[in-house]
Amino acid sequence: MKVPVNTLALLAGILLLSNTVPEPKTYVIGDKAEDFSLRNVDGRMVSLAHYPDAKGFIIVFTCNHCPYAQLYEQRIIDLHKKFSPRGFPVVAINPNAPEIVPEDSFEEMKARAAEKRYPFVYLLDSAQTVFPKFGALRTPHVFILDRNLIVRYIGAIDDCPETASGAQRRYVDSAVTAMLRGERPEPDFTRAIGCVIKRRK
Amino acid sequence: MRILYLVSFLFFTGSCALRGQAYTVYDDFAQLETRIQALPPNTTVVINFWATWCAPCVEELPCFDELTEKYAGPNFQVWLVSLDFKTRLEKQFIPFLEKQKLKAEVMLLADQDADSWIPKVHQDWEGAIPTTVVIRGGQRKLHQDKFNNFDELESFVLGFLKTVQKVTGLSTEGSR
Repeated sequence: MKVPVNTLALLAGILLLSNTVPEPKTYVIGDKAEDFSLRNVDGRMVSLAHYPDAKGFIIVFTCNHCPYAQLYEQRIIDLHKKFSPRGFPVVAINPNAPEIVPEDSFEEMKARAAEKRYPFVYLLDSAQTVFPKFGALRTPHVFILDRNLIVRYIGAIDDCPETASGAQRRYVDSAVTAMLRGERPEPDFTRAIGCVIKRRK
Repeated sequence: MRILYLVSFLFFTGSCALRGQAYTVYDDFAQLETRIQALPPNTTVVINFWATWCAPCVEELPCFDELTEKYAGPNFQVWLVSLDFKTRLEKQFIPFLEKQKLKAEVMLLADQDADSWIPKVHQDWEGAIPTTVVIRGGQRKLHQDKFNNFDELESFVLGFLKTVQKVTGLSTEGSR
Protein backbone atom coordinates (compact mmCIF):
# COMPACT_ATOMS: atom_id res chain seq x y z
CA MET A 1 0.00 0.00 0.00
CA LYS A 2 1.27 3.42 -0.96
CA VAL A 3 0.29 6.51 0.95
CA PRO A 4 0.93 9.88 -0.67
CA VAL A 5 3.62 11.85 1.10
CA ASN A 6 1.42 14.92 1.46
CA THR A 7 -1.22 12.81 3.29
CA LEU A 8 1.46 11.67 5.72
CA ALA A 9 2.60 15.24 6.20
CA LEU A 10 -0.98 16.30 6.86
CA LEU A 11 -1.44 13.49 9.38
CA ALA A 12 1.80 14.44 11.10
CA GLY A 13 0.60 18.04 11.18
CA ILE A 14 -2.70 17.03 12.78
CA LEU A 15 -0.87 14.94 15.38
CA LEU A 16 1.45 17.83 16.15
CA LEU A 17 -1.46 20.24 16.48
CA SER A 18 -3.47 17.91 18.69
CA ASN A 19 -0.47 17.67 21.00
CA THR A 20 -0.18 21.40 21.36
CA VAL A 21 -3.88 22.26 21.80
CA PRO A 22 -4.19 23.68 25.32
CA GLU A 23 -6.75 22.46 27.83
CA PRO A 24 -10.12 24.07 27.08
CA LYS A 25 -10.79 27.19 29.12
CA THR A 26 -13.29 26.70 31.93
CA TYR A 27 -15.74 29.22 33.32
CA VAL A 28 -14.59 31.93 35.68
CA ILE A 29 -16.79 34.47 37.47
CA GLY A 30 -18.42 36.76 34.89
CA ASP A 31 -18.37 34.23 32.02
CA LYS A 32 -21.60 33.30 30.28
CA ALA A 33 -22.40 29.61 30.64
CA GLU A 34 -23.56 27.64 27.63
CA ASP A 35 -26.98 26.00 27.96
CA PHE A 36 -27.12 22.20 27.79
CA SER A 37 -29.61 19.43 27.22
CA LEU A 38 -29.33 16.51 29.62
CA ARG A 39 -31.65 13.68 30.59
CA ASN A 40 -33.47 13.95 33.90
CA VAL A 41 -34.32 10.95 36.09
CA ASP A 42 -37.93 11.24 34.85
CA GLY A 43 -36.76 10.61 31.26
CA ARG A 44 -37.25 14.20 30.01
CA MET A 45 -34.44 16.19 28.42
CA VAL A 46 -33.82 19.35 30.47
CA SER A 47 -32.28 22.68 29.39
CA LEU A 48 -31.96 25.93 31.31
CA ALA A 49 -34.05 27.52 28.56
CA HIS A 50 -36.98 25.49 29.92
CA TYR A 51 -37.09 27.86 32.93
CA PRO A 52 -38.17 31.20 31.41
CA ASP A 53 -39.18 32.63 34.80
CA ALA A 54 -35.97 31.71 36.63
CA LYS A 55 -33.95 34.54 38.14
CA GLY A 56 -30.95 32.22 38.15
CA PHE A 57 -29.80 28.69 38.79
CA ILE A 58 -28.01 26.78 41.52
CA ILE A 59 -26.13 24.19 39.44
CA VAL A 60 -24.78 21.43 41.69
CA PHE A 61 -22.47 18.75 40.32
CA THR A 62 -23.20 15.88 42.66
CA CYS A 63 -23.67 12.12 42.62
CA ASN A 64 -24.93 9.09 44.50
CA HIS A 65 -21.76 7.44 45.72
CA CYS A 66 -19.56 10.20 47.15
CA PRO A 67 -19.79 10.48 50.96
CA TYR A 68 -19.41 14.28 50.73
CA ALA A 69 -22.29 14.43 48.24
CA GLN A 70 -24.34 12.31 50.65
CA LEU A 71 -23.50 14.58 53.58
CA TYR A 72 -24.72 17.56 51.57
CA GLU A 73 -27.78 15.85 50.07
CA GLN A 74 -30.30 17.20 52.58
CA ARG A 75 -28.73 20.66 52.39
CA ILE A 76 -29.14 20.62 48.58
CA ILE A 77 -32.81 19.65 49.02
CA ASP A 78 -33.25 22.47 51.55
CA LEU A 79 -31.61 25.01 49.24
CA HIS A 80 -34.05 24.09 46.47
CA LYS A 81 -37.03 24.28 48.84
CA LYS A 82 -35.94 27.70 50.05
CA PHE A 83 -34.85 29.31 46.78
CA SER A 84 -36.87 27.63 44.01
CA PRO A 85 -40.04 29.56 44.98
CA ARG A 86 -37.93 32.73 44.82
CA GLY A 87 -36.71 31.97 41.29
CA PHE A 88 -33.47 30.06 41.94
CA PRO A 89 -34.05 26.32 41.41
CA VAL A 90 -31.36 23.69 42.04
CA VAL A 91 -30.26 21.83 38.92
CA ALA A 92 -28.31 18.73 40.02
CA ILE A 93 -25.98 17.07 37.51
CA ASN A 94 -24.19 13.76 38.00
CA PRO A 95 -20.88 14.08 36.08
CA ASN A 96 -19.44 10.62 36.83
CA ALA A 97 -18.95 7.82 34.30
CA PRO A 98 -21.17 4.92 35.47
CA GLU A 99 -18.69 2.38 34.00
CA ILE A 100 -16.23 3.57 36.65
CA VAL A 101 -18.78 4.00 39.47
CA PRO A 102 -21.76 1.63 39.04
CA GLU A 103 -23.52 3.38 41.96
CA ASP A 104 -23.81 6.48 39.77
CA SER A 105 -25.65 4.80 36.87
CA PHE A 106 -28.85 6.35 35.51
CA GLU A 107 -30.93 3.54 37.10
CA GLU A 108 -29.29 4.15 40.50
CA MET A 109 -29.84 7.90 40.12
CA LYS A 110 -33.55 7.26 39.54
CA ALA A 111 -33.68 5.04 42.62
CA ARG A 112 -31.95 7.62 44.85
CA ALA A 113 -34.03 10.52 43.56
CA ALA A 114 -37.21 8.55 44.30
CA GLU A 115 -36.07 7.31 47.71
CA LYS A 116 -34.95 10.76 48.90
CA ARG A 117 -37.81 12.55 47.08
CA TYR A 118 -35.55 15.00 45.26
CA PRO A 119 -37.64 18.10 44.59
CA PHE A 120 -35.13 19.20 41.90
CA VAL A 121 -34.11 17.76 38.54
CA TYR A 122 -31.24 15.25 38.68
CA LEU A 123 -29.51 15.06 35.32
CA LEU A 124 -26.83 12.71 33.96
CA ASP A 125 -23.95 14.23 32.01
CA SER A 126 -23.76 10.96 30.07
CA ALA A 127 -21.33 12.18 27.38
CA GLN A 128 -19.23 14.03 30.03
CA THR A 129 -19.31 17.19 27.89
CA VAL A 130 -21.00 19.59 30.33
CA PHE A 131 -18.91 19.36 33.51
CA PRO A 132 -15.59 20.03 31.67
CA LYS A 133 -17.01 23.29 30.28
CA PHE A 134 -17.93 24.42 33.77
CA GLY A 135 -14.60 23.23 35.09
CA ALA A 136 -16.27 21.11 37.76
CA LEU A 137 -13.62 19.03 39.50
CA ARG A 138 -15.36 17.34 42.41
CA THR A 139 -18.69 16.38 43.91
CA PRO A 140 -20.32 18.41 45.26
CA HIS A 141 -19.25 21.50 43.26
CA VAL A 142 -21.64 24.45 42.91
CA PHE A 143 -21.96 27.06 40.14
CA ILE A 144 -24.55 29.82 40.59
CA LEU A 145 -25.76 31.52 37.41
CA ASP A 146 -27.89 34.63 37.05
CA ARG A 147 -30.89 34.83 34.68
CA ASN A 148 -28.57 35.61 31.75
CA LEU A 149 -26.49 32.51 32.59
CA ILE A 150 -23.57 34.63 33.81
CA VAL A 151 -21.51 32.69 36.38
CA ARG A 152 -21.70 34.57 39.72
CA TYR A 153 -20.40 32.04 42.25
CA ILE A 154 -18.20 28.93 42.10
CA GLY A 155 -17.42 26.66 45.02
CA ALA A 156 -18.67 25.01 48.18
CA ILE A 157 -22.13 24.92 49.77
CA ASP A 158 -20.85 25.91 53.21
CA ASP A 159 -17.78 25.57 55.41
CA CYS A 160 -18.76 22.45 57.38
CA PRO A 161 -19.24 19.20 55.43
CA GLU A 162 -19.90 17.04 58.48
CA THR A 163 -22.97 18.82 59.84
CA ALA A 164 -25.24 21.56 58.52
CA SER A 165 -25.59 22.99 62.02
CA GLY A 166 -21.82 23.40 62.38
CA ALA A 167 -21.54 25.71 59.38
CA GLN A 168 -20.47 29.26 60.13
CA ARG A 169 -20.50 30.47 56.54
CA ARG A 170 -23.31 29.26 54.27
CA TYR A 171 -21.75 30.33 50.98
CA VAL A 172 -24.52 29.33 48.56
CA ASP A 173 -27.31 30.65 50.77
CA SER A 174 -25.53 34.00 51.16
CA ALA A 175 -24.71 34.18 47.45
CA VAL A 176 -28.29 33.63 46.29
CA THR A 177 -29.62 35.97 48.98
CA ALA A 178 -27.21 38.65 47.76
CA MET A 179 -28.24 38.09 44.13
CA LEU A 180 -31.93 38.38 45.05
CA ARG A 181 -31.06 41.81 46.50
CA GLY A 182 -29.32 42.68 43.24
CA GLU A 183 -25.86 42.39 44.79
CA ARG A 184 -22.77 40.39 43.86
CA PRO A 185 -21.95 37.34 46.00
CA GLU A 186 -19.08 37.79 48.43
CA PRO A 187 -17.09 35.55 48.43
CA ASP A 188 -17.69 34.45 44.85
CA PHE A 189 -15.15 31.60 44.89
CA THR A 190 -14.47 28.98 47.57
CA ARG A 191 -12.71 25.61 47.76
CA ALA A 192 -13.82 22.42 49.50
CA ILE A 193 -12.88 18.79 49.92
CA GLY A 194 -14.84 16.47 47.66
CA CYS A 195 -14.61 13.37 45.49
CA VAL A 196 -12.71 13.74 42.25
CA ILE A 197 -15.05 13.46 39.22
CA LYS A 198 -14.67 10.05 37.57
CA ARG A 199 -13.80 10.82 33.98
CA ARG A 200 -13.95 8.25 31.19
CA LYS A 201 -10.44 7.61 29.77
CA MET B 1 11.56 23.94 71.56
CA ARG B 2 12.27 21.26 69.02
CA ILE B 3 12.77 18.60 71.67
CA LEU B 4 9.60 19.67 73.40
CA TYR B 5 7.76 19.28 70.13
CA LEU B 6 9.25 15.84 69.55
CA VAL B 7 8.34 14.70 73.04
CA SER B 8 4.78 15.89 72.72
CA PHE B 9 4.61 14.22 69.34
CA LEU B 10 5.83 10.90 70.74
CA PHE B 11 3.57 11.21 73.72
CA PHE B 12 0.57 11.87 71.53
CA THR B 13 1.16 9.12 69.03
CA GLY B 14 2.52 6.78 71.67
CA SER B 15 -0.85 5.96 73.11
CA CYS B 16 -2.26 5.44 69.66
CA ALA B 17 0.61 3.17 68.67
CA LEU B 18 -0.41 0.68 71.32
CA ARG B 19 -3.59 0.05 69.41
CA GLY B 20 -1.89 -0.59 66.09
CA GLN B 21 -0.57 1.97 63.68
CA ALA B 22 0.62 5.38 64.86
CA TYR B 23 -1.08 8.48 63.55
CA THR B 24 -1.21 12.14 64.44
CA VAL B 25 -4.34 14.26 64.57
CA TYR B 26 -4.10 17.90 63.50
CA ASP B 27 -7.12 20.04 64.30
CA ASP B 28 -5.61 23.07 62.64
CA PHE B 29 -3.86 23.16 59.27
CA ALA B 30 -1.26 25.48 60.82
CA GLN B 31 0.12 22.45 62.70
CA LEU B 32 0.73 20.61 59.45
CA GLU B 33 2.15 23.74 57.84
CA THR B 34 4.59 24.11 60.73
CA ARG B 35 5.89 20.62 60.03
CA ILE B 36 6.26 21.40 56.30
CA GLN B 37 8.14 24.62 57.07
CA ALA B 38 10.43 22.83 59.50
CA LEU B 39 11.74 20.55 56.73
CA PRO B 40 15.35 21.23 55.71
CA PRO B 41 15.74 22.49 52.11
CA ASN B 42 17.35 19.23 50.98
CA THR B 43 14.40 17.15 52.17
CA THR B 44 11.65 15.93 49.88
CA VAL B 45 8.18 15.28 51.22
CA VAL B 46 5.40 13.61 49.25
CA ILE B 47 2.00 14.43 50.78
CA ASN B 48 -1.02 12.43 49.72
CA PHE B 49 -4.50 13.70 50.70
CA TRP B 50 -6.91 10.79 51.08
CA ALA B 51 -9.76 9.34 53.14
CA THR B 52 -10.91 5.85 54.07
CA TRP B 53 -14.25 6.52 52.36
CA CYS B 54 -12.61 7.55 49.06
CA ALA B 55 -12.32 4.44 46.85
CA PRO B 56 -9.71 5.71 44.35
CA CYS B 57 -7.64 7.01 47.31
CA VAL B 58 -7.61 3.60 48.97
CA GLU B 59 -6.72 1.94 45.66
CA GLU B 60 -3.58 4.04 45.24
CA LEU B 61 -2.32 3.66 48.85
CA PRO B 62 -0.09 0.64 47.97
CA CYS B 63 1.82 2.90 45.54
CA PHE B 64 2.72 5.19 48.46
CA ASP B 65 3.79 2.20 50.53
CA GLU B 66 6.07 1.16 47.71
CA LEU B 67 7.44 4.71 47.46
CA THR B 68 8.12 4.65 51.20
CA GLU B 69 9.93 1.31 51.00
CA LYS B 70 12.05 2.37 48.06
CA TYR B 71 12.98 5.95 48.99
CA ALA B 72 12.15 6.86 52.59
CA GLY B 73 15.11 8.08 54.62
CA PRO B 74 16.35 11.19 56.41
CA ASN B 75 15.86 13.31 53.26
CA PHE B 76 12.75 11.72 51.83
CA GLN B 77 9.41 11.46 53.60
CA VAL B 78 5.98 10.22 52.62
CA TRP B 79 2.95 11.56 54.54
CA LEU B 80 -0.56 10.21 54.15
CA VAL B 81 -2.88 13.01 55.30
CA SER B 82 -6.37 11.65 55.84
CA LEU B 83 -9.41 13.91 55.70
CA ASP B 84 -11.59 11.45 57.62
CA PHE B 85 -13.88 12.94 60.24
CA LYS B 86 -12.73 12.84 63.84
CA THR B 87 -16.16 11.59 64.89
CA ARG B 88 -15.54 8.43 62.84
CA LEU B 89 -12.09 7.82 64.35
CA GLU B 90 -12.99 4.75 66.43
CA LYS B 91 -15.49 3.24 64.03
CA GLN B 92 -13.77 3.73 60.72
CA PHE B 93 -10.31 5.26 60.76
CA ILE B 94 -8.54 3.12 63.41
CA PRO B 95 -9.94 -0.22 62.14
CA PHE B 96 -8.85 0.74 58.62
CA LEU B 97 -5.31 1.47 59.78
CA GLU B 98 -5.15 -1.77 61.76
CA LYS B 99 -6.12 -3.72 58.68
CA GLN B 100 -3.93 -1.88 56.16
CA LYS B 101 -0.71 -1.52 58.20
CA LEU B 102 0.51 1.38 56.08
CA LYS B 103 4.24 2.01 55.92
CA ALA B 104 4.14 5.76 55.35
CA GLU B 105 3.49 8.25 58.15
CA VAL B 106 -0.25 8.71 58.72
CA MET B 107 -1.91 11.92 59.85
CA LEU B 108 -5.52 12.99 60.19
CA LEU B 109 -6.29 16.60 59.32
CA ALA B 110 -9.53 17.58 61.04
CA ASP B 111 -9.55 21.27 60.06
CA GLN B 112 -13.07 21.74 58.69
CA ASP B 113 -12.51 25.20 57.25
CA ALA B 114 -11.18 23.73 54.00
CA ASP B 115 -11.47 26.94 51.98
CA SER B 116 -8.89 28.56 54.24
CA TRP B 117 -6.21 25.84 53.97
CA ILE B 118 -6.66 24.17 50.55
CA PRO B 119 -4.88 27.01 48.66
CA LYS B 120 -2.01 26.86 51.19
CA VAL B 121 -1.29 23.30 50.03
CA HIS B 122 -1.14 24.45 46.40
CA GLN B 123 -2.66 27.49 44.71
CA ASP B 124 -4.13 25.34 41.90
CA TRP B 125 -5.86 22.82 44.16
CA GLU B 126 -9.62 23.21 44.64
CA GLY B 127 -10.11 20.29 47.01
CA ALA B 128 -10.90 17.13 45.05
CA ILE B 129 -9.30 13.97 46.44
CA PRO B 130 -7.22 11.94 45.80
CA THR B 131 -4.56 14.64 45.40
CA THR B 132 -0.81 14.52 45.93
CA VAL B 133 1.71 17.31 46.37
CA VAL B 134 5.48 16.94 46.43
CA ILE B 135 7.55 19.60 48.18
CA ARG B 136 11.27 20.33 48.27
CA GLY B 137 13.26 23.47 48.89
CA GLY B 138 10.28 25.80 48.60
CA GLN B 139 9.12 24.25 45.32
CA ARG B 140 5.82 22.37 44.97
CA LYS B 141 4.15 20.22 42.34
CA LEU B 142 0.54 19.06 42.35
CA HIS B 143 -1.12 15.93 40.97
CA GLN B 144 -4.92 16.21 41.15
CA ASP B 145 -5.92 12.63 40.46
CA LYS B 146 -5.27 9.02 41.34
CA PHE B 147 -1.99 7.32 40.39
CA ASN B 148 -2.86 4.15 38.49
CA ASN B 149 0.39 2.40 39.36
CA PHE B 150 3.70 2.87 41.14
CA ASP B 151 5.54 3.91 37.97
CA GLU B 152 3.20 6.88 37.48
CA LEU B 153 3.81 8.03 41.05
CA GLU B 154 7.57 7.48 40.86
CA SER B 155 7.98 9.40 37.59
CA PHE B 156 5.85 12.26 39.01
CA VAL B 157 8.19 12.54 42.00
CA LEU B 158 11.46 12.04 40.10
CA GLY B 159 10.33 14.45 37.36
CA PHE B 160 9.72 17.10 40.01
CA LEU B 161 13.10 16.50 41.65
CA LYS B 162 14.81 17.02 38.27
CA THR B 163 13.14 20.42 37.80
CA VAL B 164 14.00 21.43 41.37
CA GLN B 165 17.61 20.56 40.70
CA LYS B 166 17.58 22.82 37.63
CA VAL B 167 15.85 25.72 39.34
CA THR B 168 17.66 25.78 42.65
CA GLY B 169 20.86 23.90 41.85
CA LEU B 170 20.17 21.75 44.92
CA SER B 171 21.65 18.31 44.73
CA THR B 172 19.08 15.53 44.87
CA GLU B 173 21.80 13.09 45.89
CA GLY B 174 21.30 11.93 49.40
CA SER B 175 17.58 11.53 48.99
CA ARG B 176 18.63 8.21 47.45
